[in-house]
Amino acid sequence: MDASAQAPRRRWWLFRRQPKIRRHDLASQWQLMWWKFRRHTLAMIGMVLLGLFAAMVIFAEFISPYPPFERNPAYVAGAPQIPSVIDENGNFRWPPFVQGLKAERDKKTLRLNYVPDPSVKWDVGMFVKGEPYRLLGFIPTDIKLFGVTTEGGFMHLFGTDFTGLDLFSRTIHAARASLGVGFVGVVISFILGAAIGGVAGYFGGWVDNIVMRLIEFIRSIPTLPIWLALAAMLPRDWSPLATYIAITVILSLLGWTWLARTVRSKLLATRQEDFVLAARLSGCSDTRIIVRHMLPSFMSYLIVDASIAFPEILLAETSLSFLGLGLREPVESWGVLLFAAQSIRSIDQAPWLMIPGVFVIIAVLAFNFLGDGLRDAADPYTR
Amino acid sequence: MTRFLMRRLAYTLATLLLVSLVSFIIIQAAPGDFAEIYAAKKADAGAVISAAQIAEVRRELGLDQPWYVQYGTWLANAARGDFGQSWTWRRPVGAVIAERLPLTLAIAFATLVFMYVVSIPIGVYSAVRRYSFGDHAASLIGYLGLAIPNFLLALVLMYLSQRYFGQSVGGLFSPQYSLAPWSWEKLQDLLQHLIVPVIVLGTSGTAFLIRAMRAAVLDELDRMYVLSAKASGLSPMQLLLRYPVRIALVPIASTLGWRLTYVISGAPIVGVVLSLPDMGPLFLNSLLNQDMQLAGALIFLYCALTIIGTFLSDVLLVALDPRIRLE
Repeated sequence: MDASAQAPRRRWWLFRRQPKIRRHDLASQWQLMWWKFRRHTLAMIGMVLLGLFAAMVIFAEFISPYPPFERNPAYVAGAPQIPSVIDENGNFRWPPFVQGLKAERDKKTLRLNYVPDPSVKWDVGMFVKGEPYRLLGFIPTDIKLFGVTTEGGFMHLFGTDFTGLDLFSRTIHAARASLGVGFVGVVISFILGAAIGGVAGYFGGWVDNIVMRLIEFIRSIPTLPIWLALAAMLPRDWSPLATYIAITVILSLLGWTWLARTVRSKLLATRQEDFVLAARLSGCSDTRIIVRHMLPSFMSYLIVDASIAFPEILLAETSLSFLGLGLREPVESWGVLLFAAQSIRSIDQAPWLMIPGVFVIIAVLAFNFLGDGLRDAADPYTR
Repeated sequence: MTRFLMRRLAYTLATLLLVSLVSFIIIQAAPGDFAEIYAAKKADAGAVISAAQIAEVRRELGLDQPWYVQYGTWLANAARGDFGQSWTWRRPVGAVIAERLPLTLAIAFATLVFMYVVSIPIGVYSAVRRYSFGDHAASLIGYLGLAIPNFLLALVLMYLSQRYFGQSVGGLFSPQYSLAPWSWEKLQDLLQHLIVPVIVLGTSGTAFLIRAMRAAVLDELDRMYVLSAKASGLSPMQLLLRYPVRIALVPIASTLGWRLTYVISGAPIVGVVLSLPDMGPLFLNSLLNQDMQLAGALIFLYCALTIIGTFLSDVLLVALDPRIRLE
């Protein structure tokens, strides 16, 4: 303040030319952040991946060739079928195809094995007719992104589970519950964190002290055992939706601490700033100062914390459902799908049951990349 | 120094008390108390139980008292190592846990050692050879390590070792040693079985520590004292180990308590997947069977382990870095 007041008045006529104004000098805070974020390659990759996940959530019925609960009795615990354009003689073949299969019973173990039937090939096409569904919930259609066009044929890209359900379709549909838990969980954590951190930072004194001790306490206890215990306390006869909501709330109960801490420390730091003083002098109410002036000034840090909280909640939900204490059928999440891969015997017979886990890893990676980029961009005024 | 320790100790004890209250609430919040479960078990066995008898059992166990009296009794008993009876095991909870506690501690300790032994050299290497192939490889593995859920890594390692080595990684002892008395061979067998759980539990922590160590060393490498030491003719290796690495170790060591919390937090699920004879499967089964006396005691122990571990790491840190004492 003082420095700028005492600076000598610029005598512009002494300069032959106006100093060049760079676009960085005029850009808004968010504009600067975007420019900085764009340079972070991994963060951009993360954003693209998250875009793909969003498309998966919105267009799940279109992308998945089969309804998630349609059994294929002709292909139980079957391996993934990958379409190919090269036939067994090494010749190019169009349209792509998957090898036809026939079931054979092993004479010794009496297990059903599926062996390729060289005389049969099933053609694969794009935008084929499938089961009717409603796109976006209201457009009735029966066009699927891809599928088998040959009558009587089938293609399970990720194989099938022990009841003959198509794993690819289920994995695509499960993105809804998994990412939904993460999203709602982050929103709840966000509200809790902002409210509790805001109270602590605004009132200070003993309120602040108690909140900080509480946060320290929650941080110092191992989260997973507590989550497991809380999830186990939910009554078994609750509806799947009620369980879903309860699990989300439980996961966000311990996840708000990071956000609360950021809100508190930033509130304390910005309380002394000149623009807050200016707002106070012009007669703004406390609520308006917090919501309109202080919060936007450190919103970017909160977004960073939220992008870090998301994968944690996603991983926690997956772990809980994997152990059978989280979400349950008929709600499908990646963790619920992985529940089938719990024993070494089932993975030995059907290793493809672990594929939903790959989606969990990619989602967590995407959020970590995004978080890294956001962290760098959050303070656009440092170079 | 003494004052700092006393304050820290008082804080630790207060936290332990709070944790015990949380555990007690979890025991209480489960539907049905011990007397009802007892009655249901008896009824299953064919015995006729009247409401008066249930009330009798309830009075005997002190379940008709207000909750704070019950809590006091529970806490007083817990302090003496008596956590009540587990109805699934039909034995005292303390005895059931005592069998498995040492292995839980061994795994947690081995994981911590593994994390620091692996991450510090890799972190230093990545900082010194920045943007080299090794650095990029380390950060790639680091990202993956943070993203893979523990249980999935355990499943994959189990699957691979089953398929390609024909060796089962479940449990902590080979069948021929499980009942044998302790011997050199048994110890070796145990260490072999510990490798997979330690890798599974330690990966995400290692990934985190590599990144932290790399950043800390990079911060130090640009300092003037490094330049002056270089100018006075110290060999690069000596210089590196004597100054920047030593200073960078302090913030790394200070996260020991947090690392321990993460390890303990991940331990139950890894124990379940790898079917280790530690507290993990015990905990999950007690929750699934609503054996809340056992579950509450286990939660208390899990929390107590991290709190005591954090306290010890604080003490260690003060011994390591005198500057902290002044705060």
